Formats: sequence, C-alpha cells, structure tokens
Amino acid sequence: MINYQLAPEQEELRQTVAAFARDVVAPVIGGFYEREEFPYEIVARMGKLGLFGLPFPEEYGGMGGDYFALCVALEELARVDSSVAVTLEAAVSLGAMPIYRFGSEEQRRRWLPDLCAGERLAGFGLTEPGGGSDIPGGMRTTARLVKEDGKGEWVVNGTKAFITNSGTSITSLVTVLAITGEKGEEKEISSIVIPNGTGGFIIGQRYSKVGWCASDTRELSFTDCRVPEGNLLGERGRGYAQFLHILDEGRVAIAALATGLAQGCVDECLRYATEREAFGKRLEQHQAIQFKIADMAARAHVARLTWYDAAARLLAGQPVKKEAAIAKLVASNAAMDNARDATQIFGGYGFMNEFPVGRFYRDAKVLEIGEGTSEVQRLLIARQLGLRP
Amino acid sequence: MNIVVCVKQVPDTATERRLRPGEGTLDRATPDGLINELDEYAIEEGLRIAEAHEGEVTILSMGPAKAAESIRKALSMGADKAIHVVDDGLAGSDALATSYAIAQVLEETGFDLVITGSESTDARMGVLAAMLAERLGVPQLTLASKVDIDGTRITVRRVSDEGFDEVEASLPAVVSVMEKINEPRYPSFKGIMAAKKKPVRTLSLADAGIDADQVGLAASATEVVDFAARPPRQAGVIVKDEGDGGTKAAAFLTERKFI
Repeated sequence: MINYQLAPEQEELRQTVAAFARDVVAPVIGGFYEREEFPYEIVARMGKLGLFGLPFPEEYGGMGGDYFALCVALEELARVDSSVAVTLEAAVSLGAMPIYRFGSEEQRRRWLPDLCAGERLAGFGLTEPGGGSDIPGGMRTTARLVKEDGKGEWVVNGTKAFITNSGTSITSLVTVLAITGEKGEEKEISSIVIPNGTGGFIIGQRYSKVGWCASDTRELSFTDCRVPEGNLLGERGRGYAQFLHILDEGRVAIAALATGLAQGCVDECLRYATEREAFGKRLEQHQAIQFKIADMAARAHVARLTWYDAAARLLAGQPVKKEAAIAKLVASNAAMDNARDATQIFGGYGFMNEFPVGRFYRDAKVLEIGEGTSEVQRLLIARQLGLRP
Repeated sequence: MNIVVCVKQVPDTATERRLRPGEGTLDRATPDGLINELDEYAIEEGLRIAEAHEGEVTILSMGPAKAAESIRKALSMGADKAIHVVDDGLAGSDALATSYAIAQVLEETGFDLVITGSESTDARMGVLAAMLAERLGVPQLTLASKVDIDGTRITVRRVSDEGFDEVEASLPAVVSVMEKINEPRYPSFKGIMAAKKKPVRTLSLADAGIDADQVGLAASATEVVDFAARPPRQAGVIVKDEGDGGTKAAAFLTERKFI
C-alpha cells in the first residue's frame, strides 16, 4: 500500500521550517522584495538551521538527510516566500549537487563544506542568451584546454544567462557547461568549475525581474577566463548527461516549491475569507469564495502528491524522468492558477505588493518557465510515453 | 556541569482550550501539544551555559505520554538526555504537588543548576521554580533576564517592577528565566536525527520514589470550586470626536485606571 504520511523526522523538519518561515522570513521579506535586495541575514540563518546541507552526508558538512527532506523544506519556505525558497533550491540542487554528484573527493572536500553551511553559494551556468532547453543546439560557450610547461588550463569564452545566486557577495563559484570539443558531428560538452574572482569572469548587473525579486539572478560573461585543468567536474564530455540528471532532480524541487506557493495562496485566502466582509457577510459565507478556495486546496493537494511520488521514486533509485516532469507541470500550473484565484479573492488588495498574494502572483509565472518550460515538460512526458517526433 | 531544564507540554495557545467539567482541570487531550513557549528560553539558556562551561543538559518533564513529543523537540534543539515522569497518578497535580514530584526526581539525579521558564502558558502560576528551590534547600534566582556563571558563582539580573536587581548565589541553584532572555534556536535536521538516538528515561511514581498520596488531583492543595466560560466580548465604545476627542479618550482611560 502507498503511505503519503511524512516520517516523524520529516514532519519535525517541516514544522521547524514552517516556524522559521513564519517568524523569521514573513515579517521582513516584503521589504527585501520591494527593494530588490538579497536577504543575506535570512540566508545566514537558513545556513545555521542546516538547510543548505540537507541532502549531503555529514562528512562534507551536510545534515545527512536526503532530497525528500530538501523538498519538504522548500515547500514550507515557499508557502511564505519564493525568493528565499529558490535561493535554497538553486544553491543546493544546482549549485552544490553537481559537485557532490560528479566531483572528485578532493573537489568535494574543497568546496562542499562552505556550501553546506550556507556560508557560500554556488551557481550553475547552463542557459545562455541564445538558448536554455535547446542544448546543445543553442550553446556557444567554449572551453579550450591549453598546456604550457606541462600545466593545463581551461580557457573559457562565452555568456550565460539567468544564473541564480551567481553574483552575491558570498558566491564562491559557478559550474559552467561549455563546449570542450567535437566528436564527429556532435559537440562535446563538459562541466567546469569557475571560482568567483577568476580573471575574465565578469558578473553582470542584477536583472530587473517580474518576480523572485529578493533572489540574485545575473548574466555572466567569460573572456579568456582561465582555470586549472583540475576544475573539470567529472569526466570530460559528460556535461550533457550530467545536467540532464541534475535537472530531473531539480524539477522535483521546483515542484515542491510550486506546491508551497499554491498552499501559501490557500493559507492567505483562508485567513482573509474569515476576516473580510462584503455585502453584509464574511467572505467565507459567499459560496463563490468557498468554491474558489476549495479548488485551490484541491490543486495544492494534487501538486503535493505528485512531488511526493517523484521524490520517493528518486530516493528509491527508480526511473523518475516522467514523474518529475509531471510533478513540475502539475505543481507549476497549480501555483499559477492559485495565485490568480488568490489575488481575485483579495480584490484590490491582491494587486498591492505589500500583500503576500500579490507577491505570489508575480512569483508564480517563472515556475512555468524555469528548469524547463511547461512545454518542455510535456515533451518529456510524451517521449516517456513512447511518442516520437 | 549538570544542568537540568524543566519542560512542560502545554496546549497550543492558538487553539481553543477547555477545562474538564467536574474536576476543573485542563483538558490535555487536545491534538496540539507544544513545548511551553517560556520553557524554550530555559532550554536555550541551558544549552548556552552547557556550551560555555562544558556542561550536560538533561530535560525533565512530567506529563502524559503525549509529552514525549515535546521532550523529543527539546532533544532536537541539542539537549543530551531526558527524563519523562509519566503516571496516571500524577493527573490533576497542582503546582505544589508537581514541585514535590519534580524535586523527588531532582534529588535522585542530582544537579548543579535547574532552569525553568518563568511560568507555563496554561496554568500561569509562575511559582514552580520557587517551590523547587524551597524543597531542594538551594537558592532561588527567579525572573532572570540575564544569567552569568563564574565557577560556582551565579549572578542573574532579576526583573522587578522598577527595573532589575543583581542577585548572586552559589551553585547548586534554581533559576527561572524570562521571555526574551535569548533567542531559542531552531532544531537542525542533524539535531532532529540525533534526537532519535538520545536516551529518554521514563519513570513511574514508583520508579521515581514519589509517594502516590502526595500527588494527583486528590493531594492537590488547590481546588477549582467553579468555573464559567468567558462572557462574549462586549462591543467597544465609540467616542465621537467633537474637538474634545483627546479629553474623552483620556477620561475613558483614567476611569479604568489605565493612566
């Protein structure tokens, strides 16, 4: 039989993160969002709580938990705010995870402890101005291996777009996917770690974004940027396979985050519907409102079940490509639909940035885009069903 | 240093709380039991003192089986071990009877420092620390907003109506701490996982050497004679400002002795 109950320690983690989000994040995050400011102090406290080390073993400074635990934390954070949730998601599943999964023992020991502690953040440079999901077709960034006096260096040239956590004052490195050669007709793609401060690595200005305004997202450019040969992550030519693996996991994490946003909309509306009056009755007494909130709760519930299922498969080492894509598609739809309904229930206040539902509305859209658009998810599902172009 | 922190599980203050008809005792069967919020400051203070003075923190809780959840949370925060006194014979114990039972356990375990919250959010008696100190024959330093330990000297800032007093004593002693003395930590996931392996001793009345005739509802010195639900809140008074709003508001507050 299937049991969707969280284990006691997962439930305790959930309650802890919920209390943290309510007490530490909720009171101040609106201001950071409005000022488009990265909330360093909140991130530091998330680090103390151990959130950045959740799925990593203790020997690298992690918490000895798993990917499911990370997703539980993401859902609870996103119930209150998506900027801090995506900062955690990107830092762990895109920043630190490739180093843990594909790095050598030496690379893990060198970079993971600071990342697990949340004292440093890492970015993952895949998308380029000319393409994200269209990899390797749209990829232009190159890394050329040059040897001088027997010492090898990668010389990186190119531009990466929309890279989360890449320009904070605590960013330590970005893992970049680059073309390192050609195998016949095909491009050879590899992952290379570029530490912050490397010559020729230029961090662009922050984007002005529609949502996720308290998270750090930038364009990065590399001009004859040289790093040691040893900064190659995993095997040369395995970059494409590596990022497919990272994105399968990442989709589950984004689904959990989207579920949190969808649930946050329900939470806000439940409160508002019992406080606000219209036409001589509390909002909750209007059946139109009741039905809307019931639909919202149903969407959040379904979204949660899809990511629970995908995360459970991931942990069991089962194929997860289809289920991860379904979870991401369903949960991001739920987030978008719930954000639209929640702002509608709040009326004029829903259009104000100072109300959380206004932020939810702005934050929901990118969930249908980041880490593979909804169309890409449908493509993945169709392929898993055996449909061929 | 052997530090014992007393922790009580209480009903969530955000939910509706009921008294049991007949006994007038709190219905503890509500689904949401939490660590008494003020005890979280006591746990945090205990952990900080233990970290600074190479001590060990033991959580001591008396309560029904359900209180084990709160004990587990205290262990997740970083306490080393716990003692849970659980026995049907304890149900209905008032502060005096509770202090007797807890003192019995403390006599047996020994301690350098006992820390409690300043009161529980359910009964709000705020007398347990003083009663414990009296029964154990050690100094009581209650309502502390700051605690310093130097060897066997303990100094606290004791909050008073006018400000605070500096109170000093020698260990062993009992301290009760005020809200906001510190910022209680959140348990980390590692702490949550580690708590599963930490020892919790469960003691019945007999195990703890507690005389059954001195605890429970029957042995309690206080008795709830009667209780009634709080009457529904009255509508507020609306004062119309006709240029003298300030005066009217001041008169209103003066009449009720607020100013």
